[in-house]
Amino acid sequence: MRLNYPTNVKIVKVPCTGRVDILLILRAFESGVDGVYLAGCLEGECHFLRGNLRAKKRVQYVKGLLDEVGLGSGRLEMYNMSSAQGQRFAEVAREMTEKIRALGPSPVKNRVRGV
Amino acid sequence: MIVANRKPLEEILGMLKPYKKVLLLGCNECVTVCAVGGEREVGVLASELRLARAKDGKEIEVREQTLERQCDHEYIDQIRPFVGDYEVILSMACGAGIQYVAEKYRTKPVLPAVNTNFLGVTLEQGVWSERCQGCGTCILDQTGGICPIARCAKSLLNGPCGGSSNGKCEVDKELDCGWQLIIDRLKELGQMDRYEEIIPVKDWTTSRDGGPRKRIREDLKL
Repeated sequence: MRLNYPTNVKIVKVPCTGRVDILLILRAFESGVDGVYLAGCLEGECHFLRGNLRAKKRVQYVKGLLDEVGLGSGRLEMYNMSSAQGQRFAEVAREMTEKIRALGPSPVKNRVRGV
Repeated sequence: MIVANRKPLEEILGMLKPYKKVLLLGCNECVTVCAVGGEREVGVLASELRLARAKDGKEIEVREQTLERQCDHEYIDQIRPFVGDYEVILSMACGAGIQYVAEKYRTKPVLPAVNTNFLGVTLEQGVWSERCQGCGTCILDQTGGICPIARCAKSLLNGPCGGSSNGKCEVDKELDCGWQLIIDRLKELGQMDRYEEIIPVKDWTTSRDGGPRKRIREDLKL
């Protein structure tokens, strides 16, 4: 579709959002990213049946951890879209970017050693 | 297995305040099964500690190490080569493991990252339930395989109390009445005559009530 979306969004491809582990998200924040979002299939339409539902639960859990740690649960979100929805993908990228911009840079940027 | 739950992060951070170099020890047995202190959870806690410290502008170095068990010499000895590099050991094992590590490394403070709860079973993934109190005198043969000490809130020995209602305990409406479960099982087994047999007053000396316990098998000693 050749749609534009903000350049600060870095994509990590996974076969299913169910592949995303709690630790992957936490390590991403350790490496200094300002925000993380998961883009998975529409609920009920997961290619691997329930991967996106597992991801949803994990995102909820990590949001709790992020609050505990002091980074704030707003920096992590779960979105659902069909792979056919190019427009939605761009829209979500813009929405998340705005959200994170409002929150400001991560307080632990460049501060975690050895990651 | 032994079921525990992780202490809140705030509490752990409080315990770690004076320290910068932490050895985080996980355990591959019970706490792995109840998803509290295995390799994964060690990774998550280490990450949380680094993030929380970085947020306050302070540093922390966390070495992540998961031992097979922390209740046996041989496994605890494995950290001897590098334990000297750390100021404190934070253990995610059950109380037994944490104490054993402390016994072996007398000059290192050893801190608990978990609260040890009970001896239990996995009902389904993510749900664990208490089954045994380790009372030392097992009467499961008399009660259809269900323990009145662990599963009755009052540890009654001869049938339900007046608070048993619709198979639930008066203490918590989600909690099954232990004696209801026993009676149902005795019926299924055709052993209702056992219910009539009076179980006498319990001898608690075989339990923790008799003092900390030790078991010895002379034939196994080297």
